Amino acid sequence: MDPKEIKERMKIPRQAMSEQDPKERVKNFYEVPQGYTPELAMQEAKRCIQCKNPLCVGGCPVNIDIPWFVRLIAEGKFVDAAKKLKETNALPAVCGRVCPQEDQCEKVCLVGKKGQPVSIGRLERFAADYEREHAEVTIPNIPKWTGKKVAVVGAGPAGLTVAGDLVKRGHKVTIFEALHVAGGVLMYGIPEFRLPKKIVESEVEYVKKMGVEIVCNAVIGKLETIDELLLNGYNAVFIGTGAGLPVFMNIPGENLIGVYSANEYLTRLNLMRAYQFPEYDTPVLRGKKVAVVGGGNTAMDAARTALRLCPEEVTIIYRRSREEMPARIEEVHHGEEEGLKFMLLTNPTRFIGDDEARLKKVECIKMELGEPDESGRRRPVPVKGSEFQIDVDVAIVAIGNGANPLIPQTSPDIKVNKWGNITVNQDTGRTSKKGVFSGGDIVRGGATVILAMGDGRKAADSIHEYLATGVW
Amino acid sequence: MFEIAEKKQLSHTVALFKIKAPMIAKKRKAGQFIIIRLNEHGERIPLTIVDSDNSEGTITIISQEVGKTTSMLGALGKGDTIMDVVGPLGKATHIENFGTAVCVGGGIGIAPVYPIAKALKAAGNKVISIIGARTKELLILEHEMRKTSDELIVTTDDGSYGHHGFVTQILQKLIDEQTKIGLVVGIGPVPMMRAVCNVTRPYKIHTVVSLNPIMVDGTGMCGSCRVTIGGKNKFVCVDGPEFDGHEVDFDELIRRNRSYLKEEKIAMEEATYHEGTRCYERR
Repeated sequence: MDPKEIKERMKIPRQAMSEQDPKERVKNFYEVPQGYTPELAMQEAKRCIQCKNPLCVGGCPVNIDIPWFVRLIAEGKFVDAAKKLKETNALPAVCGRVCPQEDQCEKVCLVGKKGQPVSIGRLERFAADYEREHAEVTIPNIPKWTGKKVAVVGAGPAGLTVAGDLVKRGHKVTIFEALHVAGGVLMYGIPEFRLPKKIVESEVEYVKKMGVEIVCNAVIGKLETIDELLLNGYNAVFIGTGAGLPVFMNIPGENLIGVYSANEYLTRLNLMRAYQFPEYDTPVLRGKKVAVVGGGNTAMDAARTALRLCPEEVTIIYRRSREEMPARIEEVHHGEEEGLKFMLLTNPTRFIGDDEARLKKVECIKMELGEPDESGRRRPVPVKGSEFQIDVDVAIVAIGNGANPLIPQTSPDIKVNKWGNITVNQDTGRTSKKGVFSGGDIVRGGATVILAMGDGRKAADSIHEYLATGVW
Repeated sequence: MFEIAEKKQLSHTVALFKIKAPMIAKKRKAGQFIIIRLNEHGERIPLTIVDSDNSEGTITIISQEVGKTTSMLGALGKGDTIMDVVGPLGKATHIENFGTAVCVGGGIGIAPVYPIAKALKAAGNKVISIIGARTKELLILEHEMRKTSDELIVTTDDGSYGHHGFVTQILQKLIDEQTKIGLVVGIGPVPMMRAVCNVTRPYKIHTVVSLNPIMVDGTGMCGSCRVTIGGKNKFVCVDGPEFDGHEVDFDELIRRNRSYLKEEKIAMEEATYHEGTRCYERR
């Protein structure tokens, strides 16, 4: 691209994406950002200067050819752009919505060095949505069966990626999913207003149409063990079982009625649609004053969900300051717009209930920041004698997950670390057991959709190699 | 979809279902449970696997109509289908030869006691079973329990059948008679399990109970089923459902099981059952 054109392109401002008004959206579960129009998308795509050595590709955990698909959008070839995306990413409509692009592709975008980076995530979302909404989704050619079969445990982001990648290389793939629907955290965890379930369903449908078989209601480790899968004709197994047991704070009163783990709260509301109770049978306690403990994306998801159930007040209680919050800035911003309150440098010390053991108050202590810890963030230290109580009738604990024990219990030869997470070779996803691979949160302990997908991509390459050579 | 291969009404509100689920039938062991979801709008509820038949590929469950989901299940019959059945979940009962094992079942709790009694018998134990119900009409699995026990004592609260009184009185009597007991299994309503544990505690008799908290996923992901056991938080779905009864905080379990009393009532009121049409309609 000649320098003059680059200059011209750099002049185009970053195109905003319209959003539902905060006052309105807090009363519904519809999606908050409404996506680009074709015109806005083309305009935004023109901001890409088509770098010869694009840094954005390296910033993407699944190495999408970003300049290529963005160029196709600039040229108005929206369906082609979607197909380009799908060469490396089976779930573009999901990633365009939930990836932390500001820490990945957009962080290293050259255009961003002098101003705002190209809105790669919004463009990804646009292309995928356009293809789906215009019924232009087509299935790539699947090569002849190699004679190899692969079992994938867990139909979340990691499992779906592995399955999609391997089926495109001619292997037969069966995914075993414990829940009654496929999608994993995309279905039970991420709320409807951030990722509509219809979109997840259609991306899962795409993976199925490529030939992947998905068996729901199948808990591996219980219904069949990993060894049985290997004995029953599967040549390799990928374990992508995701988040495990929720972590609690181990403070008094944590089992009072009204104290939820974020996993339970979100599962009731997203997977089981408790916000539509009693039309749907699963209930959830709504609460007038809701507190969410934690500062990550899951805490924001829980808090913004709670806001939509007509409470008087929803407050985030976080033990460090705003700068240390691991949640995406965009999510914190959305929460604030919707009326979310923040009680920073504060930590709960006990939950207090009434005589029916229903939650009434939370006692907290003020914190101050001390020396940096292993994570480089300053360690929060309680301020002596600063305890105080606030009225709360629903509290949601969103401080992370431990590892699920179901598979290690029945496959002791798969090595786990001291937290119970499966140990793998980072480049290949290979576990200590021959033929068994793993990735996503069961390895990482708690990360993002796209990192799980990145693990899936690497594991798929390694599985393909293992199936071809038999070398472990 | 999982087909109901057989249904037998055991009392006015309790029914036995044989469900076609060959994989689960092959794998399940005494003490394990399944989670079912009846339809697209349904909730997920746990039910103990009472029995299985490998040749027919069926599992047996017994359900009592107490809320909306169990009432809807109760309205289903042979040939109807259940949308989702997942299992076997939870840890299997630890079975060994304890010498004499006393199996105590109260009300619907006789259903989960039965497979354990059967497994204990097969492992060479002398099985003494005590089963009780409020009244004769509600007593279930008497014939099956008799077949699998060396001795069976029946109690009813109202004296309409068997011993007039509670299962715990019989258990106390066995202990008073110097019966050497290696294990007590007590399953039933939470107050009954607590009472059984209170009987055996002074004698330090190993007592196992099977807990029935509210669950959602049943695979350790949500933590809804957490109960304090020996001062520690345990997840009944993956750490249980069976625990040392002397360590269980029964009061907490009773309170937590009342979490959604109000919502359960709303759900029942919203749904009006129409005889004959086998469907619930919203008012």
